[in-house]
Amino acid sequence: MKQSLGVRLWRWTIIFVVALYLLVPLYAMFDFSTKPFSYADKGRTFRAWTMIASQPDLVPAITRSLITAAIVMALILFLIVPTAIWVHLKLPALRRPFELLCLLPLAIPAIVIVVGIAPLYRWISININESPITLAGVYSMLILPYTYRSLSAALDAVDIHTLAEAATTLGATISRVIFGIIMPTIKTGIVNGSFIAIALVLGEYTISNILNFKTFQVVIAQIGRTNGNVAVAVSLASLLFVIFLLLIIPTKKRQGTVLDVDVA
Amino acid sequence: MRTGSATGRTGSRYWRSKTAYLGVLPFLIFSGLFLLYPTWNVISGSVKDTHNKFSTTVLKEVFNSPVARHAFANSLELSAKTAIVGAILGGLFAWAIVTGKPGGVFYKVSVALSSVLAQFGGVMLTFAFLATFGFNGLISSLAVKFLPNTFLADSTWLYGMNGLSVLYTFFQIPLMVLVFLPTLENLKPQWREASDALGGKAHEYWLRIGIPILTPSFAGAALLLFVNSFSAYATANTLINLSDFLTPLEIATALTSETGGSNPAEAKSLSLFMVIVVVIVMGLYALLRRNVSKWEQKR
Repeated sequence: MKQSLGVRLWRWTIIFVVALYLLVPLYAMFDFSTKPFSYADKGRTFRAWTMIASQPDLVPAITRSLITAAIVMALILFLIVPTAIWVHLKLPALRRPFELLCLLPLAIPAIVIVVGIAPLYRWISININESPITLAGVYSMLILPYTYRSLSAALDAVDIHTLAEAATTLGATISRVIFGIIMPTIKTGIVNGSFIAIALVLGEYTISNILNFKTFQVVIAQIGRTNGNVAVAVSLASLLFVIFLLLIIPTKKRQGTVLDVDVA
Repeated sequence: MRTGSATGRTGSRYWRSKTAYLGVLPFLIFSGLFLLYPTWNVISGSVKDTHNKFSTTVLKEVFNSPVARHAFANSLELSAKTAIVGAILGGLFAWAIVTGKPGGVFYKVSVALSSVLAQFGGVMLTFAFLATFGFNGLISSLAVKFLPNTFLADSTWLYGMNGLSVLYTFFQIPLMVLVFLPTLENLKPQWREASDALGGKAHEYWLRIGIPILTPSFAGAALLLFVNSFSAYATANTLINLSDFLTPLEIATALTSETGGSNPAEAKSLSLFMVIVVVIVMGLYALLRRNVSKWEQKR
């Protein structure tokens, strides 16, 4: 469909304004990170960027954060998404309570969850071990509202009952229905949810700081106390890295086109 | 509830059985451990005194404290402002994304960027805006040169309500994009085609079909944004050093104060009031969702 001039004008105005808002501060970070920060430097310098490599705490912190992110992703794929589908499919009576449960983390500020979970965390780190699993558990609860929103929007758009019954009639088991039939059709929702998960784990500060877990953000804040330019460079580098990571994750054809006819 | 599972249109007996309830058990155990238990811990703690007996003294004290009220009003104002601005800008941007080429480069970059920036709070966001508007920042040094008499040249505005609003809106816009994009993608092109075929103009389509359809989802998303900034903490904490400016800051101070003023009961009471606000907002959200469902069943 060809767009009219008015639509195109509107569209580009909006894109321009929002892009300006979102990108100027990012450029300012770059600008700041290349400013000279000692008397030896003249004009622009990339010394802050080259110093990133020599930060000893950084690599373990990144590894720790990525492991946590992987656990959160696994929890989304094998616990949250199947449960959401299960509830939509088999337990319509539980939809409202399930939704409430999923939105509950919004009502509890992260800092309050930390206080509530501190006794449990202490127990786990004494009796089992200090693994990122507790952290991943808390994180997967924090992102629940966003995961749920994108999942339920996707589930609402597809007639999963017809799909599930058709698949079962053809002899599919329930696990095949969930993992092989329904999950692929709501891919946009799952991918959106996972994006938020990765970004949250790499960007979270409050909880890991209080639980004394040296994740990425905690280490950046540490660096920021001694050298502002390096900290800004690391922040910008990490942002670009995460955006790059999200771009190489393949996004397939969008949902909706497959099932447009029978839903309408 | 587009497919009408509650009305049983397609769901047959086959899909309903008592054993089906076992399927939610793993999730229930998990969320019980990491979500319900901490929540209960905090809520029950807000109505207990130091001897673990029921008491509402602290709750009343906090309710009547002018400092707490001021922080609460600030929190509400900030959340409302940034939710509205963020929802409008983010909603428009989401529209700009869906009107582009599906699955194209712009779509992919926007979604990836949005999901990163929606969670871009705390230390890094503060760095970014200090580098932009702070003392000697990118924009403020330009402003000193060319617009020396405007507020931009003097970066003190950044460290208050206005500055916080600008920072919060920065993560509200991308969050709105993420939340609202699926809704826009599910708008049926057939509706537009039908409107066009019946001679409707573009603005008539938006005024009579598009906007009425999207309003409940839009308002729901705006409520999510409201709650998002209402409980945000890290950004405000790293930008301004006033422990009583917003309720989350006040809670954190009461919890973690290292000068010996630590007061978990006050923190729990403050969080209870926050929870009450959010529960009200979420109730509105649930009402909106029910209207969406109703409309969809009628269709």
